[in-house]
Amino acid sequence: MGGYAMYVWPAFAVFFIVLVWDWFAPALRRRRFTRELRGRLARERTRNTRAARAGAST
Amino acid sequence: MAGAAQSMGNDRIALGAPVARASAMGACTALLRRDFVLAWRRRGELFLPLLYAVIVAALFPFALGPDPELLARIAGGVLLVIVVLAMLPALESMFRADLEDGTLEQWLLAPQPLALLALTRVIAHWLTTVLPLVVVMPLLGALLNLPVKVLPVLIVALLLATPLLALLGSVLSALAAGARRSGILMALMLLPLAVPVVIFAAGAVAAAQSGMPYIAPLMWLAAALVLAIVLAPLACAAALRIAVEA
Amino acid sequence: MLSPPWVKGAAQPLPHNGWAGVLGECQWKWGRIAERPGISENMSRSYVPHFMHWLGSPPNFYRFAGAWRPWLMAAALIAGAIGLYGGLVLAPPDYQQGDAYRIIFIHVPSAWMSLFIYATMAVAGLIALVWRVKLAEVIAMECAPTGAAFTFITLVTGSLWGKPMWGTWWTWDARLTSELVLLFLYLGVIGLYNAFEDRRRGARAASLLALVGIVNLPIVHYSVQWWNTLHQGTTVDFLDPARSSIAPSMLWPLLVMALATHLYFFASLLGRTRTGLLSLESGKQWVRALVDGQPEQATGAPT
Repeated sequence: MGGYAMYVWPAFAVFFIVLVWDWFAPALRRRRFTRELRGRLARERTRNTRAARAGAST
Repeated sequence: MAGAAQSMGNDRIALGAPVARASAMGACTALLRRDFVLAWRRRGELFLPLLYAVIVAALFPFALGPDPELLARIAGGVLLVIVVLAMLPALESMFRADLEDGTLEQWLLAPQPLALLALTRVIAHWLTTVLPLVVVMPLLGALLNLPVKVLPVLIVALLLATPLLALLGSVLSALAAGARRSGILMALMLLPLAVPVVIFAAGAVAAAQSGMPYIAPLMWLAAALVLAIVLAPLACAAALRIAVEA
Repeated sequence: MLSPPWVKGAAQPLPHNGWAGVLGECQWKWGRIAERPGISENMSRSYVPHFMHWLGSPPNFYRFAGAWRPWLMAAALIAGAIGLYGGLVLAPPDYQQGDAYRIIFIHVPSAWMSLFIYATMAVAGLIALVWRVKLAEVIAMECAPTGAAFTFITLVTGSLWGKPMWGTWWTWDARLTSELVLLFLYLGVIGLYNAFEDRRRGARAASLLALVGIVNLPIVHYSVQWWNTLHQGTTVDFLDPARSSIAPSMLWPLLVMALATHLYFFASLLGRTRTGLLSLESGKQWVRALVDGQPEQATGAPT
């Protein structure tokens, strides 16, 4: 790189690292979201089946 | 009352009570009077930005050493930065109290243009919180060894820059009024927009200090101020509508 | 007047039995327009507004984006590989700057993207403010992180280029200062959006902030013409190619890299918008079906 390697390669590295972060960051957010939503749905379902069972038994 | 009669689309006074049809000028005067009364009631609080400015101005000689030439070189710029920082806390709460107690909804319902009411609020805010800062400038200048010949230029630059910042800040304050209270958010939003204002104001002071013509940056500031007086209230009104809707 | 290719008997002029007759003859792969509910004779028979209307619905956009995203990313990677090969291997060293100039192949496309993404964000924000389109709100807000990323890359790579060439990591000239202001604007939009409890209201407020800051875009672009800057002047002029002062062997990799970054941005935006739509619409049936992988049982509880 004609002696400028110390500047050129870190520049390319910054480019790739930042864009890789930009590509994968939404996937992490999405995984956290689906985990929360699944938990919420499971809690709702147990609450509803419990309510249905309680309503049926009376 | 005037709003109700107007919205009925006719001139009959439905409730039989005498109705004063409020003009735009009347509404603005009423709003100004209300803001002055409220500011007077908490007049002790208005000293806090002044005190803050004095303390920060005093910090600089402590931090940099009392070398008079160094202080004279940086005084103009430092004073400008101090004024911007001292304006930030008051700007943040420009509309918050009125949003929380429902006054803003009355503004939206009023027949007067919302932009006009917002502009009146900015004027009241500038007169009560920022003008004292500008008045105190000679004292702060003395603390920082500001050359006396530069003081008039600094005052004029502040008189142009601070209303401009107040107008920009009003738009941002309206945007953030409906948001969770976040200390640094206002600064984060205002500083990018304040950068050109600070550049021109400090440029005028620096030019005056080195004996060069300083009228051009002041003209730029004046042009921006005129533009902001017209456009900022409109943006502020749009932001207030977003903030008020539930 | 040209008729669209899917109209039966496209070569003939339109029959005079009115729009109903023409509408009845239009078909596209989602079915005949006239048979879709809510379509009247007075509506446009053009493909585009119907497509945009269809796209505005979150589950439809979710599927559309999921289909296009991998192709756009593949195209971006291919274009990027070609551009980088052309820039790093094929293009000769600059007669003044040697090999250090090769940073241009990421610095300039990133700078172009930082401006383009802000413009996209402002347009989407305008649509969100004026027409309250939910998809436009999500798109506007999801543009901001990628835009901030490209602006950050621009500033850092510019710094790394400036140190060997100008002898300084940073200078407060008009171009660099306005680009830094652009970064703060992006961060302000992100900060304001995240400060709201109600995501839709936050999106509208942040869109207004983005529109207020749009004035910075011409300042960044024309800063090298309006002021004396350390940053070099206009190198690539699309409106007047004769003024472009860059060699063709360096220009084509630069343009290919610009294409690659645009394709990457669209792929990234589609992915981020999908995630944003999921969290915004988390109460809706289609999101729950997607997350669960099975249709929701009838529970009697209001959803």
